[in-house]
Amino acid sequence: MYKILKKEYLANNIWLMDVEAPRVAKSCLPGQFVIVKMDEKGERIPLTVCDYDREKGTVTIVFQVVGASTKEMAEYEVGETFMDFVGPLGCPSELLELSEEELKKEKLLFVCGGVGTAPVYPQVKWMKEHGIDVDVIIGARTKDILILEEPMKKIAANLFIATDDGSYGFKGNACDQINELVKNQGKEYTRVIAIGPMIMMKFVALLTKELNIKTIVSMNPIMVDGTGMCGACRLQVGDKVKFACVDGPEFDGHLVDFDQAMLRQRMYKTEEGRAMLRVQEGDTHHGGCGQCK
Amino acid sequence: MEVDVLKRVPVREQEPKVRAANFDEVCLGYNKEEAMGEATRCLQCKNPQCVKGCPVNIDIPGFIKELAEGKVGEAYQVISRYSALPAVCGRVCPQETQCEAKCIRGFKGDAVSIGKLERFVADTAAEEGIQPAKAEKMNGKKVAVIGSGPAGLTCAGDLAKLGYDVTIFEALHKAGGVLSYGIPEFRLPKDRVVDKEIENVKSLGVKIETNVVIGKATTIDELLNEEGFDAVFIGSGAGLPKFMGIPGENANGVFSANEYLTRSNLMKAFDDNYATPIAAGKKVAVVGGGNVAMDAARTALRLGAEVHIVYRRSEEELPARVEEVHHAKEEGIVFDLLTNPVEIHVDDEGNVTGMTCIRMELGEPDDSGRRRPVEVPGSEFTLEVDTVIMSLGTSPNPLISSTTEGLETNKWQCIVAEEENGQTSKAKVYAGGDAVTGAATVILAMGAGKAAAKGIHELLSK
Repeated sequence: MYKILKKEYLANNIWLMDVEAPRVAKSCLPGQFVIVKMDEKGERIPLTVCDYDREKGTVTIVFQVVGASTKEMAEYEVGETFMDFVGPLGCPSELLELSEEELKKEKLLFVCGGVGTAPVYPQVKWMKEHGIDVDVIIGARTKDILILEEPMKKIAANLFIATDDGSYGFKGNACDQINELVKNQGKEYTRVIAIGPMIMMKFVALLTKELNIKTIVSMNPIMVDGTGMCGACRLQVGDKVKFACVDGPEFDGHLVDFDQAMLRQRMYKTEEGRAMLRVQEGDTHHGGCGQCK
Repeated sequence: MEVDVLKRVPVREQEPKVRAANFDEVCLGYNKEEAMGEATRCLQCKNPQCVKGCPVNIDIPGFIKELAEGKVGEAYQVISRYSALPAVCGRVCPQETQCEAKCIRGFKGDAVSIGKLERFVADTAAEEGIQPAKAEKMNGKKVAVIGSGPAGLTCAGDLAKLGYDVTIFEALHKAGGVLSYGIPEFRLPKDRVVDKEIENVKSLGVKIETNVVIGKATTIDELLNEEGFDAVFIGSGAGLPKFMGIPGENANGVFSANEYLTRSNLMKAFDDNYATPIAAGKKVAVVGGGNVAMDAARTALRLGAEVHIVYRRSEEELPARVEEVHHAKEEGIVFDLLTNPVEIHVDDEGNVTGMTCIRMELGEPDDSGRRRPVEVPGSEFTLEVDTVIMSLGTSPNPLISSTTEGLETNKWQCIVAEEENGQTSKAKVYAGGDAVTGAATVILAMGAGKAAAKGIHELLSK
């Protein structure tokens, strides 16, 4: 059993939790993920590691309520326990393999969107701890749904906020902000790390290809076991089929077939929607799920 | 009861039409009278060939003798000296090519139904709460076992009986490995059989820690150097599913058999009370001809689909057990033999709409000795399906081999281990089961777990 030690509402249906999981906390690294299964009958839900405390033995997860299972997860309170919490899974960020010298030569730009801001956080923190200055863009539709702005501000050399509606920071999306920095302000980057909704990562990758900047993305496809057994998370990367759980979750953004990945992510959308309705409406369920008579 | 010595006592099964719509066990097994009757057919050979056919060398005439006298508890203790999982083996071992293939009765008539007798003994012992005999005292030595499938459970059980302090590390949330995630309920009931046998292994003193991925959360070296284990056995199983590499394979509606079966068996997606979904499909093609293909096909059938097995060779070469093929046919699964997929058709939404296949014919024998299937030019046709399940085997998972210094693998990335004692290229590290051989059977994995337990005992009792 894995106890919830902290729970915090961030914004826009996004929650943060610290979970007691000493084995995971001892060994996890930025870029890796965990799988949470709330109870006996729950799904296995993959979530990227957002932070960890090796001494306290805790791992921080951040998730957005998007379906029946995440809605239920948001109802768990401090002191309650998840039945299963397994990790770390996947490969650590490729940046961690570089020597300090190599890292110092890099000019890194992290681009985050929505709940994807969470997995960027530990990477930026790791860089800060190793004396590497990095720039960070957080993109959001509007000011109210921004998350982790304050913590990120403390560790990023430069933090740029971009909102589609201009309610805060730069007016425009993440790509507009990249264009502004690179084309107008003449900033040079050797590598972009983009984590967020697939559609955001797709367009960032298209832009950086044009700008000729190497780009890493973190993929979050549907998974079941997360240990390389089921193949549900397969992606087309260049001319190869890769499993996000063991080969990733980070890949070269210029090689990922995002259109296919987005179609694959929709696989259970209808089922999820139905399950969501069952939870929301409970005993008062009055149809609309397309399944009942 | 009257027994014809040349014919085995028939075993009761659920009617094909009834069972095609439920997940209850197909074979109902013997009752005591039937089991004792069948047991009298055993000739009690002085030099029993059946024992030689068994990968874990169970004293078959020994347990059958007790059973023939109605002493089921005694029969169970005989079996449990050799096997930690008799209720499982009685159900899923290919007895027809192992013990029963060597039975002298089989020369003139039917072989003794050894598997069904083993199953009866194990099930009855479980009902009566009889457990295997525990070690009299512990020897103070610690062994880590990676994976709680058939190899790991066997190795752990054998070592615990010798007095070792054994901890099994399991990556998934539930113990059992392929017995839990792979083999379906209708062939191997989970609560009643698998969980019970795991409880028996635990009753010997074995600890099972779930949710620990060795190679990630901790490594083999850390287990040996920091966590104080004196030896490690790797029984981590088969690994990554193979796909064909044909166009359309990443469409929604194309699954590996591992995914389809894991959703249904481990996550219980067939039951509405569980959160995990499964897109079961209305018309399903299962590509492959092994036991896993049969399991996937019969699962899809029970979830309401019309199911075709697509296999490139002929019936004679089907690698699945004859009993499984027979059951699948009885239940209404269509066998498209000498047929191979060429391309999967996909609509704009990314969903499967059909699969082009080509007819095959058998040519000259290949390296495996089986006649090589060759395409019949111009014989392409389209099978209209909405779901395709690829059941083509697996390739080894690199998690452990890539994080363990000095652990040798072969050109297929399987861990290299001695057959007689499981010793790998790394001191104190033993391995067995699918991680070593590639995808094989439950009983072969158990045999390897047993050999490794012996190897580890020889090392640590020096």
